[in-house]
Amino acid sequence: MTAISPNSAPPGVTTSLHQGASQTSKQVKDKLFHYGLVGAATLVLIILGAIIVMLFKGGLPALETFGLGFFFSTEWNPVTEEYGAGVMLYGTLITSVIAMILAFPASLGIALFLTEVAPQSLRRPIGTAVQLLAAVPSIIYGMWGFFIVVPLMSGWVQPFLTTIFGPIPLIGELFSGAPAGTGILTAGLILALMIMPFITAMFVEIFVSVPPVLKEAAYGVGATTSEVFRAVTVPYGRTAIVGAVMLGLGRALGETMAVTFVIGNANRIKSTLYAPGASIASTIANEFPEAGPGSMKLHALLELGLALFIISFLVLALARFLVRPRMGD
Amino acid sequence: MTNTAAASMRASLAAVALLGCFTAPVLAGDFTGAGATFPAPVYGAWGSDYKAATGSALNYQAIGSGGGQTQILNRTVDFGASDAPMDPAKLEKGNLLQFPTVVGSVVVIVNLDGVKADELKLSGPVVADMYLGKITKWNDPVIAKMNPGVTLPDLAILPVYRSDGSGTTYVFTTYLSSVSADWKGKVGAATSVKWEAGNGAKGNDGVAGSVKNAKGAVGYVEYVYASANSLTTTQLQNKAGKFVKPTVPAFQAAAASADWASVKNFDASMIDTAGETAWPIVSATFILLPKDPKEPANSLEVMKFFDWAYAKGDEAAEKLHYIALPAAVKDRVRAAWASEIKDASGAPIWKK
Repeated sequence: MTAISPNSAPPGVTTSLHQGASQTSKQVKDKLFHYGLVGAATLVLIILGAIIVMLFKGGLPALETFGLGFFFSTEWNPVTEEYGAGVMLYGTLITSVIAMILAFPASLGIALFLTEVAPQSLRRPIGTAVQLLAAVPSIIYGMWGFFIVVPLMSGWVQPFLTTIFGPIPLIGELFSGAPAGTGILTAGLILALMIMPFITAMFVEIFVSVPPVLKEAAYGVGATTSEVFRAVTVPYGRTAIVGAVMLGLGRALGETMAVTFVIGNANRIKSTLYAPGASIASTIANEFPEAGPGSMKLHALLELGLALFIISFLVLALARFLVRPRMGD
Repeated sequence: MTNTAAASMRASLAAVALLGCFTAPVLAGDFTGAGATFPAPVYGAWGSDYKAATGSALNYQAIGSGGGQTQILNRTVDFGASDAPMDPAKLEKGNLLQFPTVVGSVVVIVNLDGVKADELKLSGPVVADMYLGKITKWNDPVIAKMNPGVTLPDLAILPVYRSDGSGTTYVFTTYLSSVSADWKGKVGAATSVKWEAGNGAKGNDGVAGSVKNAKGAVGYVEYVYASANSLTTTQLQNKAGKFVKPTVPAFQAAAASADWASVKNFDASMIDTAGETAWPIVSATFILLPKDPKEPANSLEVMKFFDWAYAKGDEAAEKLHYIALPAAVKDRVRAAWASEIKDASGAPIWKK
């Protein structure tokens, strides 16, 4: 692909021949560099295409066997070879939603503190700590979640939540059942902790980019910090904030190891958030090594992968679309 | 295209999952294998002893039984390893010889205050009913009747199972299927199944950790793992009606009472055997070797390695709490090598 024949050189190369060999070799080098860059960029597209083709072709037999019902069926039975993505889709979405509900206000608070309230001497250490948290590998969150958070949830948090919310109709149902520690709620909590630093870092960027003159004008007419935040900072960066949240959601959807540790890994949907469940990523991580060659289970797992790919792609595309105009200015 | 892509994705995923599976350059006399995680420690020990003795090195990657089957079907390794015996039709189609290497066992563990290791007595159907969600309290009359003198609390039973597909789950569910018709009808046996109750945790350490985390939990792990971590194991009732403790002699009794002579592909069941002292959940782990190897020299290395392991590796295996095969079975495997594995000209590769 990078080989160059003399014929393919543009007119500039031939006219510059008389200027000396060094000029020509410089142009050839530049050409090579150009093609190298094009090749590198093409590679990304080829890999993306190859992944889509592999997931689509690999998952096709599952789709042919189970039809579109694959995405709604809650049956996942390796013994009878009946597979459906319902439990995993539910688990993936509900854990991500819980994570967003917990992470969004917390991130907003941290980012506001860092940009508006904290003294200059505190901003750097806390900002660095947030960035360090974002860099902790997910398996560490998983192990920490399994050995520290799960016993805490089972011993304290879940019984406490049951006494608070238990008597309320409908909502009480979400916080009922045996406090096993693992489950949907714990997975959502760990996910929230994982995406919080990521979202916070982006919120800080957004708030910093709000023109100071707007905020100063608001303070000038006597607005308080919270009023400036609600009336100026957030509305100004609204689109970018939604975009940052979507990016965080994209991360939560595909998170694998940490979720596998704490979600409880059961192919059942129960009304309570204490019940164990499964996400798409955790199911693939769990079942892939033992999925036999050419088996329907392997096809079903690849189809699950395609579903996750599409969901993540849509969420990220929406996020990029929302973030771009504001961040660009 | 799909197959190779899937296989390579599987391989890379598994490698990532295992954090630190890397491919060393293959030197002359070296041979590669991939598959089952359950015997990985003993293959590792044999590999290093064998290298010290002969200079040939084994490169074994514990990527899981399913991965091992795929890799040997694609002939990307010299041998595959699988905990569950491979489907006979697939063996035939892939032109593979299957033979056992060592025997392992699965034990039941519990987390109950005041209950010591090997104190609690359980039967197969009771364990099946716990995992079916039918027996939900530890002070259930069925359990109490089996355990006079043991105080059982009014506590919910929390079954814990392997969330990842595993040979251990295959062995455990095969046992439950053979002792409980209810289990066989509702759930069945496989490397992963549709569990009716409880929580899933990843790996032996995940199951052990989950059982430790929650009072009233019950789980199953390989004996190797339970003994190394001093977990609270239980007794089980065997086919003869006797309650036995999980001990090496009880596992050996099961291996000895299995019927190796009349089965094909060495697929002898050691589940719920008839022996009076036999532990009921025992199983072999298997090697898959091509009958028409592309590189006969490498296949010969594999056979030499396992011949050496059969002759000199029992002690290393038992140190790691695996059970060696009976001598008669080993000879049967050697005879199968001589008659089944052939080079391009049709001459046997193994000559001894």
